[in-house]
Amino acid sequence: MDDYLAGFTELFSRYDVVGAFWVNIQLTFWAGLIALAVGTLLALMRISPVASLRLTGTSYVTIFRNTPLTIIITFMVLVVWTQLTVTLAPDFNANFFWLAVVGLAVYHAAFVCEAIRSGVNTVPVGQAEAARAIGLPFLAAARLVILPQAFRGSVAPLGNTLIALLKNSTVAAAGSVATETASTMKVMIEFSPNHLYAIFFIFAMGYVILVIPIGLATTWLSDRLAVKR
Amino acid sequence: MDHEATTDEPQPDSVTDAPASATATATRELGEPLVELSGVNKHFGALHVLRDIDLTVRKGEVLVVIGPSGSGKSTLCRAINRLETIDDGTITIDGQPMPAEGKGLARLRADVGMVFQSFNLFAHKTVLDNVTLGPRKVRGLSKKAAEDQARTLLDRVGVGNQAHKMPAQLSGGQQQRVAIARALAMNPKVMLFDEPTSALDPEMVNEVLDVMVALAREGMTMIVVTHEMGFARKAADRVVFMADGLLVEQAHPEEFFTAPKSDRARDFLSKILTH
Ligand SMILES: Nc1ncnc2c1ncn2[C@@H]1O[C@H](COP(=O)(O)OP(=O)(O)OP(=O)(O)O)[C@@H](O)[C@H]1O
Ligand SMILES: [Mg+2]
Repeated sequence: MDDYLAGFTELFSRYDVVGAFWVNIQLTFWAGLIALAVGTLLALMRISPVASLRLTGTSYVTIFRNTPLTIIITFMVLVVWTQLTVTLAPDFNANFFWLAVVGLAVYHAAFVCEAIRSGVNTVPVGQAEAARAIGLPFLAAARLVILPQAFRGSVAPLGNTLIALLKNSTVAAAGSVATETASTMKVMIEFSPNHLYAIFFIFAMGYVILVIPIGLATTWLSDRLAVKR
Repeated sequence: MDHEATTDEPQPDSVTDAPASATATATRELGEPLVELSGVNKHFGALHVLRDIDLTVRKGEVLVVIGPSGSGKSTLCRAINRLETIDDGTITIDGQPMPAEGKGLARLRADVGMVFQSFNLFAHKTVLDNVTLGPRKVRGLSKKAAEDQARTLLDRVGVGNQAHKMPAQLSGGQQQRVAIARALAMNPKVMLFDEPTSALDPEMVNEVLDVMVALAREGMTMIVVTHEMGFARKAADRVVFMADGLLVEQAHPEEFFTAPKSDRARDFLSKILTH
């Protein structure tokens, strides 16, 4: 037992485990923010009266939802950066970080879009008709009547998307973000192989500890914000 | 609709009032044509829902549309503020053709009030905010001006004391009266009502009809889809009978209900009356 505790202490002092989780939290935060904005825009396009916008939105979702995330992240580094020389930050590591953020964001935006659309489906058609009938143009009706109710109805699926995003942020390892959890874990296994079980335990538990509150919070919010009909 | 016809009979006031209001409506001055439909056709797939509809509603006129289920009454109503597109023909409001889409359409829609069978109040907004939303965002009224107007209107339809409640906390009759206030807040030129009382419990029907009768007496131009004969007799200038997408018959309410000319109308009336 003491051996185990000593093992944990050694791992935590030799490697920046907490820092690694912090990197994933930051990846999740920025990617989540961008994905929320892009996903909302996509959802708007998909419910808009303009056929070409609807088609664009649908195509985006179909393409990005069905492409493996690893491919998108690798694409960001090998094509967007190496070939197209798009640089998102002057600092080498910061550049990889932001490339990973964008890759995570474009992928999860497709899921955010679908989550919001499921929320839109909780809003009766009559609400949109009533909004149009008082003379609100599409965007105003969407902003003032449809989306506020749709967001309330999509808290649970949005929470699930956030949880997926947090766990998927480890794929940033494929995009050369060396300080995040999956990369750190690989390094630790390589240099402290005698603590193999402890290492897996630490990272698995770390994510469980981060994810549980998100699940609880979204369930609570979802009930609280539900629109009474 | 069966019980609507029967609840109509035990209302003594609607019957005794009828002759008086009939003379009132007969002497009412009708103005210029306000809503004009000409040659309007509409299909849902193979179904021909509106067939060559020609209809003119004048300023201050109250038109009741009646007809069997599926005859196209709702579609007619919805086509007038373009919640439903039409295949051909023209619809003009106050001389202006209904634009296909965009800002012009939104502006014209603001002039056409609509009251739905299922109320459709904005579920996430208070009663007061439901009524002020359009005036603020479409008409550009200040918050204060919109709220003052909203309170006056809510008082007028008898729900002034419910202003801060959410729609779900109100009874159906109260919700429908708020919906009428919401439409009135836009100062519409014409009000459309699509079976405004048929989703209501019988005891709430009259509170809504009373508001509508008052509105009609104040000179509002109204197109009302309803089977409430009491309302038609009391407030309507004209009844049009629709069947299978056609305007089959039009007449003064008394004339229509006592001596319908077409077989379809006679058949329909006998069905809603013999229960
Ligand atoms: N969106 C739609 N798509 C396909 N068919 C429709 C649609 N809306 C209405 N219809 C059909 O068009 C016909 C006319 O419908 P409408 O709702 O105008 O009738 P209505 O006279 O209002 O009937 P009710 O008294 O039942 O309300 C019906 O046969 C209906 O099934
Ligand atoms: Mg109908």
